[in-house]
Amino acid sequence: MTAMTTTKDAETARGSNAPKRPVYLDYQATTPMDPRVLEAMMPYFLEKFGNPHSRNHTHGWEAEEGVETARKQVADLIGADEREIVFTSGATESNNLAISGVANFYKDKKNHIITLVTEHKCVLDTCRHLELQGFEVTYLPVQQDGLLDLELLKKTITDKTVVVSVMGAHNEIGVLQPLKEIGEICRARGVFFHTDCAQAFGKIPLDVNEMKIDLMSISGHKIYGPKGIGALYVRRRPRVRLVPLIHGGGQERGFRSGTLPAPLCVGLGAAAEIAKREMAQDTERVGKLRDRFYKRITDRLPEVYLNGDLKNRLASNLNLSFAYVEGEGLMMGIKDLSVSSGSACTSASLEPSYVLRALGVTEDLAHTSLRIGFGRFTTEDEVDYAADRIIEAVQKLRNMSPLWEMAQEGIDIKSIKWAAH
Amino acid sequence: MTRPVYLDYNATAPLKPAVIEAMTSALAECGNASSVHRFGRLARRSIETAREEVAALVNAAPHQVVFTSGGTEANNLALAALGRGRRLVVSAVEHDSVLKAAAGAEIVPVDSRGEVDLSALKAMLERDARPALVAVMLANNETGAIQPVAQVASLAHAHGALVHCDAVQAAGKMDIDVARLGADTLALSAHKLGGPQGIGALVVAGSVDVRPLFVGGGQERGWRAGTENTAAIRGFGVAARLAREDIPAMQDLARVRDEMEARLLRAASEAVVFASGSSRLPNTSCIALPGIAAETQVMALDLAGVAVSAGSACSSGKVAPSHVLRAMGVAPELTKTAIRISLGWRTTADDIDHLVDAWAVLRARSRSLFADRAGSPAPAA
Repeated sequence: MTAMTTTKDAETARGSNAPKRPVYLDYQATTPMDPRVLEAMMPYFLEKFGNPHSRNHTHGWEAEEGVETARKQVADLIGADEREIVFTSGATESNNLAISGVANFYKDKKNHIITLVTEHKCVLDTCRHLELQGFEVTYLPVQQDGLLDLELLKKTITDKTVVVSVMGAHNEIGVLQPLKEIGEICRARGVFFHTDCAQAFGKIPLDVNEMKIDLMSISGHKIYGPKGIGALYVRRRPRVRLVPLIHGGGQERGFRSGTLPAPLCVGLGAAAEIAKREMAQDTERVGKLRDRFYKRITDRLPEVYLNGDLKNRLASNLNLSFAYVEGEGLMMGIKDLSVSSGSACTSASLEPSYVLRALGVTEDLAHTSLRIGFGRFTTEDEVDYAADRIIEAVQKLRNMSPLWEMAQEGIDIKSIKWAAH
Repeated sequence: MTRPVYLDYNATAPLKPAVIEAMTSALAECGNASSVHRFGRLARRSIETAREEVAALVNAAPHQVVFTSGGTEANNLALAALGRGRRLVVSAVEHDSVLKAAAGAEIVPVDSRGEVDLSALKAMLERDARPALVAVMLANNETGAIQPVAQVASLAHAHGALVHCDAVQAAGKMDIDVARLGADTLALSAHKLGGPQGIGALVVAGSVDVRPLFVGGGQERGWRAGTENTAAIRGFGVAARLAREDIPAMQDLARVRDEMEARLLRAASEAVVFASGSSRLPNTSCIALPGIAAETQVMALDLAGVAVSAGSACSSGKVAPSHVLRAMGVAPELTKTAIRISLGWRTTADDIDHLVDAWAVLRARSRSLFADRAGSPAPAA
């Protein structure tokens, strides 16, 4: 079975423009598994079920071989050596291990960490925990387009800075940070550079040497692989040392104890291998779909704002705010679309996204933002259908909105002095 | 070639067919359980069903189950959360995921049968009034010896201590009731009971403050951040349900195991079975064949198509002499000749025949080899 036939089957099953299941446009939350990945994993659920750390029988060796091939496949996608790849349970664990691991190892010499206010929650939470333990953390602001000001970074690094942690591609706004430039700056100052590449790995070309990356967090389920598996790239030369989070049998060269889940490792490896081969064509195809969607929306709806830079952005991401509608109403109006308002981890709460607020997006617009994620299995029909549903919902809500009516009549809403109730 | 005989269930167990079925359908589904849309909600529902099934395996309430990436993480999480500000008291036969995560811990000795010495524990708790965390496993991974955890817990609680119990090997092999055990936390692993690798749980039965090992996202009620491993959780749920149903069959394995041991002893009267005097897991046998290194035995058995292990399956590749047997007072020479045979849900009478035959051959061969060597002239200087 190939990806193509699955997509076609799905299309046939759905009919042309009336999906039976909701349209999935939330590829930054998680991605469907590529059937080829599942196929690669299956033998490790069946006959090759051994414990990859069993050193003295065939069952163990078979599982170990699968794990080691996967390690090579992951390393190959980022120009690393396979001995630099540590498997973890996912990018959250990788981010925790990288930042608190490096901070704790070097704490006698250095105690300062630099990150961005727009980082993923697990990076920010890790930093907050380290602050409680006595570390100093600088949370740098970003520019309106979501990008880091490199001059500001340069000025913030001190002799006490141990690590700079900057996300490669943003989970909400898709913005790509200038990793190579950040890497240069960090290396020149003798500071470790960690990058959370949960969203970037497998989507954009990454090279740990060219970009002078010391630590990179990797996720399986964002690249059509399984959940429950990720990796941390840990540079060997010059060597980066970490205090492990999980102790025990000393697996993963002591960085991370615990039996490795061989099928999941194999799945991550297979997903990385496919990504390496198909990245260029995927990016082109997905980018076209994204642009088609964006054009369709903006052709028919005024007052739609794109959050985050468009040029330095994942081909698979859009983050749009719709003025003059109400966020919850909008979500209710597009129930058969699986899109996200804010990142999935926090979307159950209805607080406006801290990321959009950091870009200077007003609270109103932050409340009406949608993250739309496209991917390998997204079709043109789905894109058109989704765009039309959003247009319809926004128009309906605006037609009911007195604010919209006033705006149409040319009244500047900000100038209105509301009577106190 | 016939299917190789797998007798290393304590390292990992083959997945049960229903588990594979549940997982492959879950893997084909897409959805982040934290997403509010339908894909997310379906993933959430499937996780909550599994949580009920895992809870039922140890007679806990579903909300007490925290999913982790496995038994090692569960043990580490428990020690970090419960051990904060407490002195650590752990048994000498704990798994490395407890011993290595409990740096500086005081060690409770075990007797020659591998059981925790309760009077020694009592003395340790009485000697020092600081609050403690006591960690004692329910059943040992190498010998199968079952520990008196309920007694440990009541003793510990009487002294204001908290109790963590590593039940990774015991789960699915014996009835477990977390309330009756009295442990505050209980570590479980899916892949030891026919579920997938990469998933486990910490059952938090006592009232314990949330203190996660890693943060961000707030999943698992703040105990464990990270996107839930939906498919593996689903597989764990099914495996837990089946394991609970299969406990009587598992208990019957004790007879198979005992008969196997009797045959092995008949084939080699010098062999020694460990922990046989204590109550043991029904599937586990730890047996030494004096004079033949464990690695030699394991390799020879592998060549004969039988998978067993020397010690536990960990990282180093070196087979270090078992700390478990050493703690039981077994002579160092003898520990180096001990192998672990562990049976499970797919074990057949043929498997056992195959093992016994291969073992007898192995012994006879090495005997004649050693006899030859003994009789051959010394090499020229």
